[in-house]
Amino acid sequence: MTNQYTFQTNLLHNKHKIDPATGAVSVPIQHASTFHQSDIDTFGKYDYARSGNPTREALEEVIAELEEGCRGFAFSSGMAAISTAFLLLSKDDHVVISEDVYGGTFRMVSTVLVRFGISHTFVDMTDLEAVKKAIRPNTKLFYVETPSNPTLKVTDIKAVAEIAKEHGALTFVDNTFLTPAHQKPLSLGADIVLHSATKFLSGHSDVIAGLAVVKDPALADKLYSLQNSFGAVLGVQDAWLVLRGLKTLHVRLEHSVKGAAKLADFFQEHPLINKVYYPGLPDHPQYEIQKAQAKSAGAVLSFDFINEDVFRTFVNNVEIPVFAVSLGAVESILSYPAKMSHAAMPESERTQRGITNSLLRLSVGLENPDDLIKDFSNALDVAKKTNLIHNRG
Amino acid sequence: MYKIDTKLAQIGNRSEQTTGTVNAPVYFSTAYRHKGIGQSTGFDYTRTGNPTRQILEQTIADLESGDQGYACSSGMAAIFTVLSLFQSGDEWIVSKDLYGGTYRLLEEGFNKWGLKSRYTNTSNVQNIEKEITPQTKAIFLETPTNPLMEQTDIAEVARIAKKHNVLLIVDNTFYTPLLQQPILQGADIVIHSATKYLGGHNDVLAGLIVAKGEKLCAEIAKFHNAAGAVLSPFDSWLLMRGMKTLSLRMERHESNAQMIVQFLENHDSIGDVLYPGIGGMVSFRVLDEAWVNPFLQNLNLICFAESLGGVESFITYPATQTHADIPEEIRNETGVDNRLLRFSVGIEDAQDIIDDLTKALATAKKEVIIND
Repeated sequence: MTNQYTFQTNLLHNKHKIDPATGAVSVPIQHASTFHQSDIDTFGKYDYARSGNPTREALEEVIAELEEGCRGFAFSSGMAAISTAFLLLSKDDHVVISEDVYGGTFRMVSTVLVRFGISHTFVDMTDLEAVKKAIRPNTKLFYVETPSNPTLKVTDIKAVAEIAKEHGALTFVDNTFLTPAHQKPLSLGADIVLHSATKFLSGHSDVIAGLAVVKDPALADKLYSLQNSFGAVLGVQDAWLVLRGLKTLHVRLEHSVKGAAKLADFFQEHPLINKVYYPGLPDHPQYEIQKAQAKSAGAVLSFDFINEDVFRTFVNNVEIPVFAVSLGAVESILSYPAKMSHAAMPESERTQRGITNSLLRLSVGLENPDDLIKDFSNALDVAKKTNLIHNRG
Repeated sequence: MYKIDTKLAQIGNRSEQTTGTVNAPVYFSTAYRHKGIGQSTGFDYTRTGNPTRQILEQTIADLESGDQGYACSSGMAAIFTVLSLFQSGDEWIVSKDLYGGTYRLLEEGFNKWGLKSRYTNTSNVQNIEKEITPQTKAIFLETPTNPLMEQTDIAEVARIAKKHNVLLIVDNTFYTPLLQQPILQGADIVIHSATKYLGGHNDVLAGLIVAKGEKLCAEIAKFHNAAGAVLSPFDSWLLMRGMKTLSLRMERHESNAQMIVQFLENHDSIGDVLYPGIGGMVSFRVLDEAWVNPFLQNLNLICFAESLGGVESFITYPATQTHADIPEEIRNETGVDNRLLRFSVGIEDAQDIIDDLTKALATAKKEVIIND
């Protein structure tokens, strides 16, 4: 069935559209933690649910197909997927990693991996010369997040993967922001693609999940062994929820991307906004790269206010979006990276990466974009008045 | 302070004020709204903290008399989370008779990152002291061991651990806090594969950690959140649902196990019977290795499957299932040989279980004779 249909159709009509035993059109949830064996020498396909479960397997096969890899793996969170993939490395290995990587990944690399003797260098991945300069003889991995979080910098996946190959190193790409619907890192040369499936893939703010897809079967075997050893696997109920969310991925993302583009224009023209970060804006430094390697600029944008007072008034007056961590949901979510996703990062590191105390990240949901614009306009109007009073005072 | 069976029955009751629900609500929400900047309800992102998971975590901390509990996506994820407290160059002393998954994690995982495990028979406490080096940072015990059912004196090991300033970690999966509370005997950390007796229904994979001491608890919390191998809200709820009947189930597992031990000890096809006197786990050796496969195939009631601690009776063949990752010469040396079977006695009627064993053993012997 692969490649016969477009991505949108494949989301619904894949290998698991019908349960072979009953004809059910929704994958059954197999709660069994263990499976009866009929012979001591030859076991059935499933023995213990950590090692393999039919419901989780359905999700793993679906994501592998969507990302065009050979094998998929489902984990208990995006960080569990990322941590397990990192643990393919050994003591004395070195990682070159995007400097504005997600705060949780930053914490994993800088506080956990170092204790296992795995070192790292943070670089601006958009600067290929800087990437090359960071290489050491023991560099085994290039870790890319694109667009990056929260300043939406775009890395040329193909170029970094080529550098990695020249040095016999692997490339991992966190594809959470765009999903395979809009970007396919494996086809651009990456070896492993990682997801916080909590975000756009599931899309409903109701499940925590992580996914990994590997291109090469030998590397997939190694990752399988780690997934099974560490056991940070996804529960079956949750695997089913992700599968359910995936069915509407295409329509959700399409709507949210349109809204994000509209909002980016709105913020860019507003006098109280100092800077808008969105790779769909023609003045974004990597606008062309984004256009070449992805189908859209995504549904997440960040914007910085002219000062912290305006920012605070805005947050206190917006009504529609949820003010919370996370992104990629049916509800629009407004996040404060300095205190939320990037709280694990020291302030000096944050500011250097553009994550100021007045930066907000917006994940555009499924509301009507005009309602969002109206809400944001109102909040900015209040901020404008307060700001004028302040200036006079 | 209530007794443990009262605490178990009451899990999740009075956990929520708005509705008065007696059953813990399942909070699927991944994100929690902040009223304004810096105004968190205590919940931000569900990996870091989830109201449903929190009830489970507080419950297990209370049951194990620790300070803080942590729920993980599997027993192995719990062990992985705890072992990540250490760093390159550190050493652990570990029970030689050990669950195969833990062995694999130590040898194929942590060994690669420069952490070394020394294996010894921990039931003799002097063996442990002999293995201590300046690099030793923890002692990791399974008691009773899996599958040989050897018991270790936790209090005595705790004294050695304190003397040498190393952490004592105890896997309490087989006994649960109902039969053994390692922290009260001096352990620092308790680990569970909650998939087993705590969950009890073979329908949820889960791991739990309980720790004692403020600094240690904070360290584990950090890594629990950082590595993200957390238990989902639904699975947390399912586990609590199982735990409510733990006391009743364990009572029945144990009385059935005691009857079956008596039966096995008097059966002429059975060699050693390994049973510590309490709990629901029994290991035994058949006299002839050739009987193993036909015996397992002729069981009609008892299930031949990996795992343990569920309401249904399970027989596991450690040599090819749980301990397949341990090399055969090490298995033979420790006693996990090819005649050994591990029996997780269920809560069925004891006589029905005994009848199933009797028939399967008789048929197996007959089949082997015919084939010869």
